[in-house]
Amino acid sequence: MTGARDEVLGRIRTALGDVPPEETSEDFAVPRDYRRHREHPEGDVERFSERVADYKATVERVRSDGVATAVTAALSRVGATRVGVPAGLPEEWAALTDGGVALVRDTVEEPLSVADLDALDAVVTGSTVGIAETGTIVLESGVLCGRRALTLVPDVHVCIVRAEDVVDDVPAAVTRLRTDRPLTWISGPSATSDIELDRVEGVHGPRTLHVIVVGGDRS
Amino acid sequence: MSHTFVGMPAFPDAAKVALVDTQLRRNLAHATKVIRTKRNGVVGELDDWQELRLAGAAIKDRALRHLPDYLEQFEAAATAAGATVHWARDGDEANQLVAELVRQAGADEVVKVKSMATQEMGMNEALAEEGIAALETDLAELIVQLNDDLPSHILVPAIHRNRAEIREIFLREMPSAPPDLTDEPRMLAGAARQHLRRKFMSAKVGISGANFAVAETGTLVVVESEGNGRMCLTLPETLISVVGVEKIVPTFADLEVFLQLLPRSSTGERMNPYTSMWTGVTPGDGPQAVHIVLVDNGRTRALADPVGRQVLRCIRCSACLNFCPVYERTGGHAYGSVYPGPIGAVLNPLLNGVDAGPVEKSLPYASSLCGRCFEVCPVRIDIPDLLVHLRGKVVDSTRDRSVPTAEMLGMRAAAWTFDKPGRLSAVQRLAGLGRRMLGEQRTSLGPVPFGAASKWSRARDIPLPPKESFRQWWHRTRGKGGAA
Amino acid sequence: MKVALFVTCFNDTMFPESAKATVELLERLGVDVDFPTGQTCCGQMHINTGYRAEALPLVRRYVETFDGYDAVVAPSASCAGTVQHYHSRIAAERGDAALRDGVANVAPKTYELTRFLTDVLGKEDVGAYFPHRVTYHPTCHSLRALELGDRPYRLLRAVRGLTLVDLPEREECCGFGGTFAIKNSDVSVAMGADKVRHVRSTGAEVLVSADNSCLTHIGGILGRERSGVRTLHIAEVLASTERAAGTTHAEQPAESARWKGRPEQELAGQEVTHP
Repeated sequence: MTGARDEVLGRIRTALGDVPPEETSEDFAVPRDYRRHREHPEGDVERFSERVADYKATVERVRSDGVATAVTAALSRVGATRVGVPAGLPEEWAALTDGGVALVRDTVEEPLSVADLDALDAVVTGSTVGIAETGTIVLESGVLCGRRALTLVPDVHVCIVRAEDVVDDVPAAVTRLRTDRPLTWISGPSATSDIELDRVEGVHGPRTLHVIVVGGDRS
Repeated sequence: MSHTFVGMPAFPDAAKVALVDTQLRRNLAHATKVIRTKRNGVVGELDDWQELRLAGAAIKDRALRHLPDYLEQFEAAATAAGATVHWARDGDEANQLVAELVRQAGADEVVKVKSMATQEMGMNEALAEEGIAALETDLAELIVQLNDDLPSHILVPAIHRNRAEIREIFLREMPSAPPDLTDEPRMLAGAARQHLRRKFMSAKVGISGANFAVAETGTLVVVESEGNGRMCLTLPETLISVVGVEKIVPTFADLEVFLQLLPRSSTGERMNPYTSMWTGVTPGDGPQAVHIVLVDNGRTRALADPVGRQVLRCIRCSACLNFCPVYERTGGHAYGSVYPGPIGAVLNPLLNGVDAGPVEKSLPYASSLCGRCFEVCPVRIDIPDLLVHLRGKVVDSTRDRSVPTAEMLGMRAAAWTFDKPGRLSAVQRLAGLGRRMLGEQRTSLGPVPFGAASKWSRARDIPLPPKESFRQWWHRTRGKGGAA
Repeated sequence: MKVALFVTCFNDTMFPESAKATVELLERLGVDVDFPTGQTCCGQMHINTGYRAEALPLVRRYVETFDGYDAVVAPSASCAGTVQHYHSRIAAERGDAALRDGVANVAPKTYELTRFLTDVLGKEDVGAYFPHRVTYHPTCHSLRALELGDRPYRLLRAVRGLTLVDLPEREECCGFGGTFAIKNSDVSVAMGADKVRHVRSTGAEVLVSADNSCLTHIGGILGRERSGVRTLHIAEVLASTERAAGTTHAEQPAESARWKGRPEQELAGQEVTHP
């Protein structure tokens, strides 16, 4: 494929004949006068919760010692009994008060098969960053959020967001992320606008997104 | 390789067919109004929208002006992260490459995430010829594919179908569709979920495009809604991403601009449901064979035009389609390409050349130059200006004819008249004379059967010229100057 | 201030009443307006259709004609827009540096009429009287190329007797688009039909705009429909006064083709009541 590579790069160089050869990419200025830190009068966590809810996700805020109870209730509401969790979900979050729920850990050593994932009723994970302005949750592939398939195949995703991980806007989120792990940005349950351009929730990804915000003003 | 549909008539003829399709007009008017309202709402929330547009345009320009460096940087970073980077001069080469990669993976079926690049190259058809079935998984693409239809919108290829029509297509073409399927969008989405689920679980190869390719890190980004993208990007063993060379952005931080511009411009949301970012191969997460095919396919032709180059900033949001009064009335098929609407009217001639065919020649004129497209473009592509620029190229392509076109003769006659005020004045006097001959009472004409006047007058009265032009009046009453 | 009228070839030839009204209005406001007779056309049709080479002599003529004036006023948003957005580029791409300098001098001094009235003269109330129900169509060039914003509305609201009604979907293009109206006449008419529907829904007697070209297109459909709605350039509304209204425009000899309209239009127009 060296032939194609050299030819494409050669065509590009020819096409850019009008660009002065001494110009470097930094010479070409990018005006960055847009906001990079957006303060919200009501506070980021409040705004975050509102905006997640706008996507027809369920949002609740709990104290740091109330996570397991909230998770138990969320799972019970959807009737989930077989529930996947990533390898590193904190023990205090996973200490469910309902003995009828079986937690299945997805680990690097013993990853669940696609069929196993499909047999799960729900998945419970942590999160990396929450974005207040857009109501977005970013999951970084790893022990807290799981690998990507874990939060994709099950129909219910219970996602725990720590208040301290909520940032005001997209630029603030981007600076917090590392790029050597896959990232999934989630804004509400799976949806489509393909029928008459109106948003309808519930296609291939989890049709139910339940967000539990831990700590912050109300803790 | 052509980006336009084979055998399509030029725009005015195709538009005529679309204009009398009342169902189409209704579907389009409804859908575009919905999306315009949503877009205006979420764009209005950001008080720095204009600054974001300026930054988005400049980042893309920076990437384009230094594209060779950024592409090499991207290639090195992606390779270091475990991806295999391939290059293709055109669509045919890319299609062959992908077919070979699919065969190497031991598959005869692939699941696809909606990708304009692969559509532009006719990849599904090319793979079919190689005995590989490509399954579109985006809901609108699925609707188009099931109905053996053509896409008519960049973002929502089935925008020309309403819910009732989609229900009929599903009942007819989708074996798993429940017989009691209603036209409730939620039900329709559920039927698609059911239909594709087994395919996702068993697919060996996924094919995607990319919205952005980050030079600094070798990261690819796919922006989507339904989760079909995540399925294709995550579950198969092999992932092949086909990426136009213009998708490069210099740094990961640059995404902070585009992830604000794109969702708000595109589906009119603060953020789309899912955005996936991956860098090469990640052990224990997702495909372990990751291929990236960087494709030219006409991009360098557009890049070589210093005015036209800005078209490569396009992030395929489709806001220009949604706001275009022409698109709203004709729909996408009239543009004869997978890239319809205002962006298609400039992108097709720039990728293929204005002399590639009748479609490319007619598209620069498929606009009233109202300027809405530029106003809403998140990366500030001055589409009206590009249209005018391309019209110049279309005209220039006819200049070497031994027999000039009728329009050329008319334009030259007009230019000759305007070259001297005395000539204009003479024409005006002649017109005034004609007017007097038609009589005092008459102020306008009804239908005229011949020439350009017939095109005007079929539905519009023609005003008659006055007996006296302004300059004659000025000369008569003010007596200044002498040219009149 | 030395002010020139750039009448535009279209107004000169087809709509002299709009041009006369512009002169009358400017003179009433104390502006000594000149009409340099060397002027012809800004080249808009040639440029927008792709005949850039043919437009070059027109750009040169424009610069030579208006070089010595402090301001050039055009009763057309699209022609003023062409001068401001395209003349320098035509000069530049033809490699004519002297012409480019000339354009750099003249183009910024070229004003669309309503901008000249509001920004240069600082006027909103121009002393006009026009006792009719009016709706205003902001043409694409006035809206997006020149960004006239609310200037025309401010001027119209100050006209005595005038009832200004909102035009639904007013920012939508009427579908004229120059040669688009011929080359894509079907789409053009489809767009125009929607514009006309909105115009008629207002119950206005008169549709006003800053471009006679768009008004010819919309008016052509209004006329064909025997709608009873007349089209009028904003200059003619702003030039109207109580004194002129003594004879009312409708009773004046029909000079402007569009103005008088068909007899049945006039009848229908009278049926519309206005406060």
